Amino acid sequence: MSTPYARLPGWADYGLIPLINLLVAFVVAGFVVLLVGENPFRAAVILVEGAFGRGQGIAYTLYYATTFIFTGLSVAVAVHCGLFNIGTEGQAYMGGLGVAIVCLSFDRMLPWWLTFPLAVFASAAIGALWALIPAYLQARRGSHIVITTIMFNFIAASIMVYLLVGPLKPLASQAPQTRLFLEGGRLPKLNWVIELFGGKVRSAPFNVSFLLALAMAFGMWVLVWRTRFGYEMRTYGFSPKAARYAGISETRVIVLIMMVSGAFAGMMALNPTMGDQHNVAIDFVSGAGFVGIAVALMGRSHPVGIVLAAILFGMLYQGGAELAFEISRDMIVIIQGLVILFAGALEHMFRPAIEALFASFSPRAVGLAASGKDG
Amino acid sequence: MAQAAIELVGISKSFGAVRANRGIDLEVARGTIHGIVGENGAGKSTLMSILYGFYQADSGEIRVGGRPASIRTPNDAIAAGIGMVHQHFMLVDNFTVLENVILGAESDAMLKKSIARARSELERLEREYGLEVDPDAIVEELPVGLQQRVEILKALYRGAEILILDEPTGVLTPAEADHLFRILRQLKEQGKTVVLITHKLREIMAITDTVSVMRQGAMVATRETKNTTVEELAELMVGRRVLLRVEKGEASPGAAKLAVDNLTVRDSRGVTMVDRVSFEVRAGEIVGIAGIAGNGQSELIEAICGIRRAVSGTVLLDGRPIDLTGAADPGELRERGLAHVPEDRHHVGLVLAFEENENSILGYHDRERYAKGMFLDIDAIRDDAREKIEKYDIRPADCRLKTANFSGGNQQKIVLAREIEQNPGVLIVGQPTRGVDVGAIEFIHKRLIAMRDAGKAVLLVSVELNEIRSLSDRILVMFEGRIVGERGPDATEGELGLLMAGVERRETAA
Repeated sequence: MSTPYARLPGWADYGLIPLINLLVAFVVAGFVVLLVGENPFRAAVILVEGAFGRGQGIAYTLYYATTFIFTGLSVAVAVHCGLFNIGTEGQAYMGGLGVAIVCLSFDRMLPWWLTFPLAVFASAAIGALWALIPAYLQARRGSHIVITTIMFNFIAASIMVYLLVGPLKPLASQAPQTRLFLEGGRLPKLNWVIELFGGKVRSAPFNVSFLLALAMAFGMWVLVWRTRFGYEMRTYGFSPKAARYAGISETRVIVLIMMVSGAFAGMMALNPTMGDQHNVAIDFVSGAGFVGIAVALMGRSHPVGIVLAAILFGMLYQGGAELAFEISRDMIVIIQGLVILFAGALEHMFRPAIEALFASFSPRAVGLAASGKDG
Repeated sequence: MAQAAIELVGISKSFGAVRANRGIDLEVARGTIHGIVGENGAGKSTLMSILYGFYQADSGEIRVGGRPASIRTPNDAIAAGIGMVHQHFMLVDNFTVLENVILGAESDAMLKKSIARARSELERLEREYGLEVDPDAIVEELPVGLQQRVEILKALYRGAEILILDEPTGVLTPAEADHLFRILRQLKEQGKTVVLITHKLREIMAITDTVSVMRQGAMVATRETKNTTVEELAELMVGRRVLLRVEKGEASPGAAKLAVDNLTVRDSRGVTMVDRVSFEVRAGEIVGIAGIAGNGQSELIEAICGIRRAVSGTVLLDGRPIDLTGAADPGELRERGLAHVPEDRHHVGLVLAFEENENSILGYHDRERYAKGMFLDIDAIRDDAREKIEKYDIRPADCRLKTANFSGGNQQKIVLAREIEQNPGVLIVGQPTRGVDVGAIEFIHKRLIAMRDAGKAVLLVSVELNEIRSLSDRILVMFEGRIVGERGPDATEGELGLLMAGVERRETAA
């Protein structure tokens, strides 16, 4: 008996299933809201209106989404190689160091459009280097990447704390952060785009790094599905034995892909620092790396899915902030948790039922016609 | 007809969208040997797993000895008198035979009494059925054939009246298989019922009383063995006429293409798997390596193909050495004209999650014709894949389909097409027809002969003696890592079988 195998049409696989998961998450969340004595419909309205109701909300949603696109891409690209990079958090944090070095050095003399590429390069490079060590240990010594990247998160946090309370802190300041960047270290906002469509934005941190994020999403697609290296990496991800057979170097693939993953993570630092706060502050990543895991899972490790999932989580963050204000802070944590649970961890819960359903409608649609043919 | 030992009525089972069994009816008479044949994926193993309680049927009824039986777990099956000998033995390697037999059937807190009882019972069973095994031997020290006997003893000890054997001869030498058949006949004479699942038609003809054929999850025919032929069964399995004989002309070997000298390979535990092996493969000949699985054939191929490092020895490809110490780059060997169809196409030869066209360049993805700089030339790759699909009649003819959705035979054709179409000078083929349907076997064999006739050197490794005998121009026999003999294509099965079993093991195996 060969493995029972069914295939769903693309729209069901990538559209219907995530949608059902999401719906279930919200229904369960609704019951939780009900349980604490609030009206779930009111909560839903606050959440959605907070995120998409006004131009201001949309701008914030997209600002958060930018961050999550970077971290989601970081996690997803490694997943294609069969590696679980839990170190996105730390790599992003270290990326902040790259931003700080570039901005503190050049913000006086260069315009933003010159500092920005430098900062992109520096943050990506430091993020990549931070991923290089665990990658090397995995490839050459077999140290498990999950363990090493988790540990590297702690090391990154310690280093950044040391730098931000020491060398990077202005002398007279008591806050653990760099000085404010000058004009050359501040990214232009994109709020006008939303205003173009009639939304009103008072002030929101939605900035040009969103475009960089979209470009990187496209870049990831090209890398994974259109380059020779992407081919080698997917081969290794699916079957290390097949990669060995095909003459693909394990070390090269692991090290390079983890560096790409670290680079995506490092670039995440641009958004909250140059794009919003105009400094590098302690703990500026605040869990975005871990949200990236959920985003990658929900986006099925495909760039389009990741952008959509990142916008969803952006909505939860922004709408959640409104909800926290109106009802309670805990509510949004619960909803976020449920979305991660259903969309991420329980991703396959409804799959068998849906596959069976599709098969009963049309066996051809799920590829059964293929397995029945003779040799 | 005698009274039915087992009756299956309308058994259906689906896994998600796949319907593995569709309304199966089966009746096995008491005291007979009943064969079930079918291609891989026809649903044989699923059906037997339902009978043994591993799976629950979605619908249908099982009757044992005329009474409806509810079999929800293997324990229910054992209670109903059904025993199973699995393809992969379920034995505790470091236990003795006796300990394995009572495992799961211990009756007291202390073992002493059960062991004493089991010992006398075992002695009785051994006498009755000719199943001699030393009850105190450690299982891992026994040859495979004897381990299988332990499995049978286990089932009988639990009072099995009906014995199911799943592909029992896959791991046995011909002599061991013959002995197994003698045991099965003896069981039959004592009134036991045997159900034999296999895809080897020769065995069906040799030992069964009745035979049922499964195809695509359905039971398509049941015949009395004496009233059917191998050709008819093959046709029923595949659904069309099949040519079972391989036709080939004389070989006209040329210069040596591949020369292996004194090659020694150890596995990861440091056990010597290939022991000072030397041989040559010349242009225009097929050299077959026969042997029971696990005697070093896999390691030999892997070392030659640069996947596994060798300890010592040399391998010359077209007169130039292959770097064996630092694990040569398989990609570089491909450049030099060494193609390799690996034994394990599911994990090594193919990436099942890839689209067909992606697999058609595996290992050759660096070639100029498939790339534009650092990018893949998707159009070129797909055009190339379509050409191969056409030429090798790969079905379904869709190069965008996921490879996992192709049948075993078509998957093997994808690998063969990829390797042969690169026009290599040397082709190394491991188990080319394992898990491949009868129809595709015919095609694959013709392709290998065509390679030979085109003046290529072909090294064929297979555990199927028939395949080795019908394709090879020279046959090498491997046993415990060494080449223990060379024979011509006219060597008899018995002669090769003895070599495969190792001369010193002749007594235990015969």
